[in-house]
Amino acid sequence: MSGPRPVRLPEHIVEIVSDAGEGAQKAAIAFAQLCAKAGNGLWTVEIIPSEIRPPPHTVGSASGNRIRLAERSQVTNAGNLADVVLAFNEMALLSRLEAGSLADDVLVLIDDQWATHDNEQYQRSYREVIDTFRARGATIVEIPMQAETLRHVEDAEQGKNMFAVGLLCALYNKDVKLLQNVIRGIFEKKTREVIETAVKLAGAGYEYGSAHLEQRFEIQAVPTDVPKVAMNGNTALALGAVSAGFEMCSMYPITPATSASHELSSIFEDFGGFVHQAEDEIAAIGVALGASYAGKTALTITSGPGMALKTEFQGLAVMTETPLVIVDVQRGGPSTGLPTKIEQADLLHALYGAPGDAPKVVIAPSTIEECYYILSVARKIAEEFRMLVIVLSDANLATGQQLFDRPDVSQTPRRPPLDLSPVPLGALPYDWDPTTGLSRRLIPGQPGGMGVTTSLNHDRNGKACYDAERNQRGHDMRSRKLAALQQTLQPPSVHGAPEGDLLLVGWGSTRGAIEEAVDMARAEGLAVSSVHIQFLSPLPPGLHDIFAGFRKIITAELNYSDDWEDPLITKENRRYGQLAWILRAATLLDIDCYAKVPGRPYMPVEIFDEIQRVLGDQPGIETLGETLRALKGAI
Amino acid sequence: MSVLAELCVIESSGVEAHSLGDYESEKPRWCKGCGDHGVLAALQRVLRKNNLEPEDVVSVSGIGCSSRLPHYLNTYGFHGIHGRALPIATGVRLSRPELPVIVVMGDGDCFSIGGNHWLHAIRYNINAVVLVLDNEVYALTKMQVSPTTPDGWKTNTTPHGTYLQPMNPLSVVMGMTNVSFVAQTATWLPAHLDETIEKAWDHHGLSFVRILQRCPVFMPSAFGEGGLKFPVVFLEHEDGIPIHPSLLARGPAQAHNHRDINEAQRAAVSVDPAPMGLVYRNPDIPAYEEIRWSRRDRPDHETFVQRLDTAMERYTVR
Repeated sequence: MSGPRPVRLPEHIVEIVSDAGEGAQKAAIAFAQLCAKAGNGLWTVEIIPSEIRPPPHTVGSASGNRIRLAERSQVTNAGNLADVVLAFNEMALLSRLEAGSLADDVLVLIDDQWATHDNEQYQRSYREVIDTFRARGATIVEIPMQAETLRHVEDAEQGKNMFAVGLLCALYNKDVKLLQNVIRGIFEKKTREVIETAVKLAGAGYEYGSAHLEQRFEIQAVPTDVPKVAMNGNTALALGAVSAGFEMCSMYPITPATSASHELSSIFEDFGGFVHQAEDEIAAIGVALGASYAGKTALTITSGPGMALKTEFQGLAVMTETPLVIVDVQRGGPSTGLPTKIEQADLLHALYGAPGDAPKVVIAPSTIEECYYILSVARKIAEEFRMLVIVLSDANLATGQQLFDRPDVSQTPRRPPLDLSPVPLGALPYDWDPTTGLSRRLIPGQPGGMGVTTSLNHDRNGKACYDAERNQRGHDMRSRKLAALQQTLQPPSVHGAPEGDLLLVGWGSTRGAIEEAVDMARAEGLAVSSVHIQFLSPLPPGLHDIFAGFRKIITAELNYSDDWEDPLITKENRRYGQLAWILRAATLLDIDCYAKVPGRPYMPVEIFDEIQRVLGDQPGIETLGETLRALKGAI
Repeated sequence: MSVLAELCVIESSGVEAHSLGDYESEKPRWCKGCGDHGVLAALQRVLRKNNLEPEDVVSVSGIGCSSRLPHYLNTYGFHGIHGRALPIATGVRLSRPELPVIVVMGDGDCFSIGGNHWLHAIRYNINAVVLVLDNEVYALTKMQVSPTTPDGWKTNTTPHGTYLQPMNPLSVVMGMTNVSFVAQTATWLPAHLDETIEKAWDHHGLSFVRILQRCPVFMPSAFGEGGLKFPVVFLEHEDGIPIHPSLLARGPAQAHNHRDINEAQRAAVSVDPAPMGLVYRNPDIPAYEEIRWSRRDRPDHETFVQRLDTAMERYTVR
């Protein structure tokens, strides 16, 4: 290793972007695996265009990843502004500026082929973008990525990404041998020639970086004996579905949920299960419900538009008390909205989307690790309470990667066979316990239990009935189960002190960013805490007591709310963030919200700025970069 | 003893183990003169004839008058939502292929709101008896036009007469990949109805049966006043639906090879006279649930855990 002495840092954020199809995603995966194997904690976020191959060399074509790597083993969110960006062209670079995700003093590594390209328009825009970045304070390192790659292969598209990851390996002072092993693993299904070319180019990138880069960073890894896994939330859901003992996932393709079914499709048959791709979203839940009715609780995975189509079946599951689990990997809405980007805007739909009063359980994982465990919880609740359980994941969890402790699969519970023992003739299909609403489910094949399961209102006998008393009774019993479940829940724990000036309340994937923002604020002496809600229906106990300790309460969530400053917005017509609506109704407290729809995860610094604003001591800060610099200066 | 083994013993003894009453539940609430009564009775007879334990049968329906049938059949039943009986039935078959499944739908239920499921169910070819009780009108919602309402007929949503030609469900299913059993019968021909449902029961795969029946309240004059003046032709084949001589008063018999898909498609396209009997049958098309079950492993707990460990290893960082 030659070159300058590396600067040691606790953490860094690097983004790798290219045109779609040029392989920045693959380069990022290799780099993330390298960091993970080295022992760095990390969180990655995919940067994905909505089309497969949008017009190249445009802002809309940018594809790649953001990687936050740290000395500590737990990284809980995608972090603030990126410190380094490696771009295959200037438009991909510009796209990250437009997305507001780069620090002003970002270190830019960029392919210099455009400076002298035959296409004069590219030359011009390259100069313009580079000048823009320089003016903002960026450090530009122009690298002959194309030319160097062409020294090893005839088509630079077939390997420039590996050259790029070699560069990063040098920049971050990592072991190139370890990188080359990672690459062999990633390409294990390719031909030997492809693998060796990739390995060679990574080596070339590393050598070039070692010889030419004036910057070197060292994010030291803390060695640990605890085995870790690195995966995205959809993979975690898929493995979690297997571990939870599901035998069927019935689905219809929809972004960003589908990759969970890809993973499941490739392994499920080895575990005695299968993925059924139905003819539409409605059939997908219908088949799952049929399987559940027949005794084997099934799973369906979808996203917002699919949730909308599934609402009538949701009502049926509630009315017939058929256990069922729906995973909604939320994306930007309404309608087709932002298919590849995050939003937490299906909460009210999950709660109230089905017509009539349809009480159901709604839970939300807040980390990728929780995506693995949550389906076991969901299935258990669905079966014990004969309820529909909706799991709200989101695009951030779905496509981000996090490093977490390897689950102990030896603890996987045995899957008991179906209990088809006879019941006395005339056994009641809805033998509701009057206090809890719980009842034993009868399963086809059980002698003595014959009867119809109907979508009509029914009594304990399962018989259709239309009178007021028995309609009220059915509603009571279905609703009572939520109260029974609520009684078994623990109050959520508060992050920070139990009393203070401000409490942030969050749900889902924003947890890491919220808690990091709270830590930043507390380090600045602000009396801020946060609480994160996993059970959205029923809400956990103890919220009133927790809320009582704080002067102000706001939710922080990635969905729409009107701003107080917006035209026409008044106390009477303001629309709040979705969790805020629920909490206001449940607590009668004047809970405010910080709810936006940026189509990307919150940066901790944004929430920190909001904390400052709410607490009224905002020191006139204009940009997130300034906030960060002010904080760094203070440290 | 397994359910199947038990069945074999009873079957070989030639004794019917159950009475019709064993398959009767509450008293049907259909209108007097409605053909649904006859379909229910025919189903009860076929269950008795096949010596089925009531707990081993699942009937699934959608929404509409005919979809109340599971309420009146003493088996496990699922009365679902409009148009969606077939996905529910597919779920039952996929998870519990040992349970025989009967699906009951109306014409609006199957051909209109459930159209997509109908097409794909034919292609899945799940092993189930699928009955469409076609009265050519939406009856439970009080007389609106259905996909099969005859041209020009007046309903509450077409008070000046319908605008479109009716759909021909037989030609639709005969155009679907994997179609394996298509038959047509009518409730005014009770013996033919019985024989058709029995044939459908014996078929391995999706048995699609369109049952013509008039609605005595909203469409009393349909089907030539309930079949009296309705032109039919009986499809004749040694393996087809037997044609009792008394039927020939209703229409002529015509030789028909239901194993020949081209001949079946020609028969399906003709509507006047309406073909009655077995239009098409191909016993060699595999059922979807069997394809899926044959390709999945059933590991014991230790193997299951070991495989989960292997799956996890792909994501493990050491």
